[in-house]
Amino acid sequence: MRQIFTISLLFSTIRLATPLVLAAIGGLYSERSGVINIALEGLMLAGAFAAASITFYAHNSWIGLLAAMVAGAMVAYIIALACIRFKADQVVTGTGINIMFIGLPAVLSGALFLSSGSTPQIPKENLLPTLNHLLPSFLPQWRIITEISIISLFALIFVFITRYVLYRTPFGLRLRAVGENPEAADAAGVSVNRLRYIGVLLSGVFAGIGGAYLSIGQSSLFTRNMTAGRGFIALAALIFGKWRPVQTMLACLLFGFADALTIQLQGVPVSEGFLRSAVFVAGLLVTMFIVYQLSFIRARAVRIGIGLIIGVALGLTIGYFGVRGIGQMELPVQFIQMIPYIVTIIVLAGFIGQSRAPRALGTAYQKER
Amino acid sequence: MHFDLRVRKISDQNQRPKTKDPGSKIVMKLLREILFPLIAVIAAFIVGGIIVLIIGDSPIQTYRLLIGSAFSWPDGIGYTLFYATPLIFTGLAVAVAFRCGLLNIGAEGQLYIGAFATAWVGIKLAGTSAWILLPLCCLVAIVGGAIWGGIPGLLKARFGSHEVINTIMLNFIAVALVSYFTQYHYKVPGDPILQTTTIGPTAHIARLGKFIPGLPERIPLNVAFILAIIACAFVYVLLWKTKWGYEIRATGANPSAAEYGGISIRKQIILAMAISGGLAGMVGINEVLGYRYRYYDGFSANYGFVGIAVALLGRNHPVGVFLAAILFAILLRGGIFVDAYTVHVSKDIVDMLQGIVIVFVAAEAAFRGPIKKFGLMRRAKV
Repeated sequence: MRQIFTISLLFSTIRLATPLVLAAIGGLYSERSGVINIALEGLMLAGAFAAASITFYAHNSWIGLLAAMVAGAMVAYIIALACIRFKADQVVTGTGINIMFIGLPAVLSGALFLSSGSTPQIPKENLLPTLNHLLPSFLPQWRIITEISIISLFALIFVFITRYVLYRTPFGLRLRAVGENPEAADAAGVSVNRLRYIGVLLSGVFAGIGGAYLSIGQSSLFTRNMTAGRGFIALAALIFGKWRPVQTMLACLLFGFADALTIQLQGVPVSEGFLRSAVFVAGLLVTMFIVYQLSFIRARAVRIGIGLIIGVALGLTIGYFGVRGIGQMELPVQFIQMIPYIVTIIVLAGFIGQSRAPRALGTAYQKER
Repeated sequence: MHFDLRVRKISDQNQRPKTKDPGSKIVMKLLREILFPLIAVIAAFIVGGIIVLIIGDSPIQTYRLLIGSAFSWPDGIGYTLFYATPLIFTGLAVAVAFRCGLLNIGAEGQLYIGAFATAWVGIKLAGTSAWILLPLCCLVAIVGGAIWGGIPGLLKARFGSHEVINTIMLNFIAVALVSYFTQYHYKVPGDPILQTTTIGPTAHIARLGKFIPGLPERIPLNVAFILAIIACAFVYVLLWKTKWGYEIRATGANPSAAEYGGISIRKQIILAMAISGGLAGMVGINEVLGYRYRYYDGFSANYGFVGIAVALLGRNHPVGVFLAAILFAILLRGGIFVDAYTVHVSKDIVDMLQGIVIVFVAAEAAFRGPIKKFGLMRRAKV
C-alpha cells in the first residue's frame, strides 16, 4: 500500500482534476441559469482542438488559450441559440454537439495537418507554463511548483471567484433566480433569456479552458476524442457537488483521485487480505442499502440494525469463500474506473444527501404575452 | 370543459374550406411529418458543404461519394443495410423511451451488455444444438440490454433520479464491466486485441448471401437485418395496437393525466426503459452472432448516440426510424470512400454531419418562422 499512496498520487490527482474543475465550473454557470449542459464534452473538445492548432501556428500558448476560450464560447453560442431562442430540447442539442465535435476537429486536422485526427506535436517551450515560470528562480524548486500547471492555479481561483459571484453579487442572484423560478425573475424585471445566454457562453469559455489544459498543458497535441468522457464526469461532479462551486471542486478532486489511483494501481499486485476486505465492505454497503429500502419495516433504526447484521454476515461469507486461493493478483483497473460513475448514481438517488437541481433546469422559458 | 372542446372542434371544421378529399389530407399530414426532418437534413448538408468548401474540397464530389457509394450492387447495398441494422435497433430503442417521455442516452451501454451477454452464452454453451443455442443467445442479448436499461428506469421510478445522467453513468460502467470480463476472463491468452474467444459455430446466424442470389457471403449482412424489420413492426404494434403501448404513450404525453386515468407511471417508466434496453441489446445479435462471431471490445461506432439522431429524424415512428437508419448507414458507407478519394476531407465528416443533423432536428423551430413566411404551412403544429 505504501508504494501507492505517495506524493505523486497527490500531484496526479491535482493534474487530473484540473480539467474537471474547469468544465464543471462552466457547467455550473449554465445549469444554474436553467440550461442543462450535456455538451461539456464537445465544448472541451472544441477548446482543446482550437488551443492545439492555434498554438502550433502562433508559437504562443497564451494565444492558444485565448483561442480555446473563443472557440468554446462560439460553440456555446450555437447551443444557446438552439436551446434558448429556438427552444430545442437541451439534452438532445447537447448530444448533437458532442457527436459533432468527435467529427469536426478530426475533419479540420485532417485538412490542416494531413493527419488522421490529431494535431502535430507542439514543442515543450510553447506549452502552457507550470508554476515555476512565474516565480523567481531563487525559490526552491519544489515539485509542487515544477509539476503543477498554472491552469490548475487558475482553476482554483475561478472556483472562489465563482462562489463570490454566485452568492455575493446581483448578477449571481439573478442567475440563480432565473434557474430556479424564471417567471418570478421575469416579473422582477430580469431578462431571463439574456442571463441564460450569458450562463451558457460562460460555460463554453470555462470548458474551453479545460480543453486547452488537456491539449497544451497536460499533453502537447490534440488527439481524436482526447477528452474521453471528462465532460460527463465533470457533469457528474457538478451533480455530486450539488451545483455549488466549492463542493463541486471537491467532487472533481475525488474523481481525479479515483482516476489517479487507477493509473497508479495499474500492474500493482494486491494481497488476498486487501481484496477480501474490499469485498466485505462492498457486500456490507450493498446489503445495508437494500435492507434500508424495505419500507415495510417502519423504524429506521431497526432497518439499519437488520441491514448491519445481514450485511456483516453476507460480507464475511462472500469475502471468505469468494476470495480464496488467489494469493496476489493485479487489481482490475476497470473497477476503480467505475467508482465515480457508481458514486454519481448513488448520489443522484438521494443517499449521500439530497442533490437538488435548479428547479427550472431543462425547460425553455416562454415569456408570457 | 368537454363541451367546450367539442364546440371549438366543430367551429374549427366549419372554418376550414372543405375542398380536399380525405386522401389528400393524409398526404398533407405525411408531408408535414416529413418536411421538418427533410429540411433539417438538407440544412445540415449545406452547413457540411460549406465546411468542406472551406477545407478546400469540392462539396459536390464529396457528397457524390458520400451518398452515391451506397447504391452499387451487391457491395454498396449489402454493406449499407448491414450498417443500418444496429442503427435501426438503437433508433427504435430511443424512440420507445421517447414515447414514454424518457431520453435513453444509454443505448450505448445497453448494447455492449447485450452483445457481451450473447457472446458469453455462445462461448459457454458452444456445441449445444443450434435449435436451443440460437434462440437462447438472442434472448440473452435482449434480456441483458433490458436489465441494463431497466436499472435507470427503476432508479427514476423509485427515487426520481433523472434518467439522462444515470444512463450516461451506466454507459461508462457497462464499458468498464465488459472490458474487464473480456480482458481477464474470456480473452485468448496472448491475443493483443481485446476480444473474446470465438462462439460455438451453432450460434452463428446465417448471412443473407446464403438466400439471395448475387449477394456474396463475404458481405456481413445477416438475418439480424430481418429481425430489425420485425422489431420495427413489433414496436409499431406494441405502441399503437396494445394496451401497454397506449399506457406508455399516455405516460409520455401527459404523466399526470395518465396517472389520473389509472395508469401506474412508475410501472410504465420501468417497462419502457426495459423494452428500450432490450431493443438496444439486439445490436449484439447483429454484431456477435452475425458478423464477428466473438465479442470485440469497443465495437460500437457510437451506435447508441447515433440512435438518438435516428429516432429524432424518424419522428419516433418505426417507419421513420427505418428510413433514418438507412440514411445514416448510407453516410457511414460513403465515409469510407470519402476517406479514400478526396484530398482533404476524411470520413470523420460523417460524425460531424450526424451531429449537425441532431442539432437541426432539435432546433426545428428555427425553420418554422421562414416556412410560415413562405406560406408552405398554413397551420404550424404546436
